[in-house]
Amino acid sequence: MTHAHDGHGHGHDGHVHPHPRQPDIEDAPLTWHMALTEAMAELIVQKGLCTPADIHRTLEKIDAASPAAGGRLVARAWLDPDFRARLLQDVNAAAGELGIDAGGIPIRAVADTPDLHNVIVCTLCSCYPRFLLGGSPDWYKSKAYRARVVREPRAVLAEFGLDLPEGVQIEVHDSTAELRYLVLPERPTGTEGWSEDELAAIVTRDCLIGTALPVAA
Amino acid sequence: MSVTVGTTVRVLQMDPPGHHRTPRFVRGKEGVVIGLAGRMPDAERLAYGGRGPDQPVWRVRFRQTTLWPDYVGDPRDTVVLDLYEHWLEPRR
Repeated sequence: MTHAHDGHGHGHDGHVHPHPRQPDIEDAPLTWHMALTEAMAELIVQKGLCTPADIHRTLEKIDAASPAAGGRLVARAWLDPDFRARLLQDVNAAAGELGIDAGGIPIRAVADTPDLHNVIVCTLCSCYPRFLLGGSPDWYKSKAYRARVVREPRAVLAEFGLDLPEGVQIEVHDSTAELRYLVLPERPTGTEGWSEDELAAIVTRDCLIGTALPVAA
Repeated sequence: MSVTVGTTVRVLQMDPPGHHRTPRFVRGKEGVVIGLAGRMPDAERLAYGGRGPDQPVWRVRFRQTTLWPDYVGDPRDTVVLDLYEHWLEPRR
């Protein structure tokens, strides 16, 4: 392929500037944890515990999961008190009623009240209901969030733009064992008569973690 | 005395080697059991390929002012953790 004018140069002065090379993922060396992960995956496959296809299916499932699923659960709970009771009893089973696969790890919903606000963290690592909501945000995994939200939750929430009214108590839930957590926020005023889809749309990921509250847009 | 809902418990102040799920900020602190998280495989054994019987894991509520003497906020603020029963010493 030839150009009609001065070959491959882009400058007016005829100098040739090569395109910067697109960096490859492999340009950075493997970190210790990356090498460990690769080794573990190879061993698991070699031992016949699962196949590479199983691993990819699971990763695709997590990537396909979205906070919108949590929004649907919350919206239904706002509209249907019986569903709300079942959601508080067993999130995984309640999700199944709506055709949502929340995965095999048990999830517990913690309900806000006018006087109580719930916030979720995993101080030890980064446990998160990822089969229901997809991958967690980077800040959720940061040491700063994990260390500070149990120590000074009000300051952390204020940095998220959430200033709780005077008199509202905060309860922080630290997922230290096998349970994953989800906040069931209060339905905001100004949403009277809204459809389930309209309600679900205002329940963002951060509302489900407790670092934001749904607002009537 | 055994651990059940409503029991005030003290988290054992110990520092065993290996993998465990009891954050340091609650060790030696008192809280109240608010529920059973479930009976779960013992993560401390599981981490090294063992299994053993499932362990009761309790949801324990701590007052922030118990954990952090200089806590800034509502004195009613709390933290709830899921703790394996063998870390809990019933007090009353």
